[in-house]
Amino acid sequence: MQALKTLDSVKAELVWHEEPRIGDYDAIVLPGGFSFGDYLRAGAIAARSPALARISSAADRGLPVLGICNGFQILIEAGLLPGALLRNSSLRFVCRWVNVRVDNGTTSFTKKMKKGAVLHLPIAHNEGRFYASEDTLDELNEDGRVVFRYCDADGNASSAANPTGTLDNIAGISNRDGNVVGLMPHPERATESVLSPFGDSDGSLIFRSMLELE
Amino acid sequence: MAKLYTVKVVVANKEGASDPEGETVYRDLVSKSGFGRVKSIRTGKFLRVSVEAPDAPSAKRLVQKMCDELRIYNPAAHSVTVEV
Repeated sequence: MQALKTLDSVKAELVWHEEPRIGDYDAIVLPGGFSFGDYLRAGAIAARSPALARISSAADRGLPVLGICNGFQILIEAGLLPGALLRNSSLRFVCRWVNVRVDNGTTSFTKKMKKGAVLHLPIAHNEGRFYASEDTLDELNEDGRVVFRYCDADGNASSAANPTGTLDNIAGISNRDGNVVGLMPHPERATESVLSPFGDSDGSLIFRSMLELE
Repeated sequence: MAKLYTVKVVVANKEGASDPEGETVYRDLVSKSGFGRVKSIRTGKFLRVSVEAPDAPSAKRLVQKMCDELRIYNPAAHSVTVEV
């Protein structure tokens, strides 16, 4: 909420998951956290809440929907994005700043960035190892739906730069139309230079992209 | 007459999805502790479901339907076994 309010001309409101009124909004952000204690599986219970049914139909209408961390897990469990997010291969909660490469600069949340740009963003999660069948992975790659990959400072998506064992260094993906995007890194924790050890505010680019009208 | 049946559900990562928890239990505990004949371990999640049904097959069908519709497992990464 605070991150969104740092942007000019944005009015952000919290929506209660049991009584959602989604129709009035221009975009939806599902934030991180631990909905329902991650019971059963991260995001699995929230994915069946009344809000998600409304978000799903809003996404079908083309409304921009962003899922961050647990929000990404929820979008996957709700079937709005494909694949699964499994436990990190290190079996550790990974909390650190990473380099993230933009592999698609045309989605609702990356329009302000060029393909190949490298962002500084923090990650903080236990279940962020993206997994999908080979067919799904091929489809994602062919359609340019892998939006973000972990990389080194030069933009190489090397295995050394993969913090969680995630498939093909995938940090974020989109739906076919590019209006639904999910990512494990936290752009909202990188919207002001005072928040970043690098002194930049790369996370704000994701929210500024959201504001850019067609 | 409906009876109460106990149905067991096991959710585990598919063969193709690595299971680092199982690998760690195997590598760092079991294989070092004199159980050399154990060759691998896969972990999963277990749910014991009590369900009212007229007979065992319909109890199993109902629980399978519940697992599919509510995505008790994620078909992209998990396999599920349902047993009465």
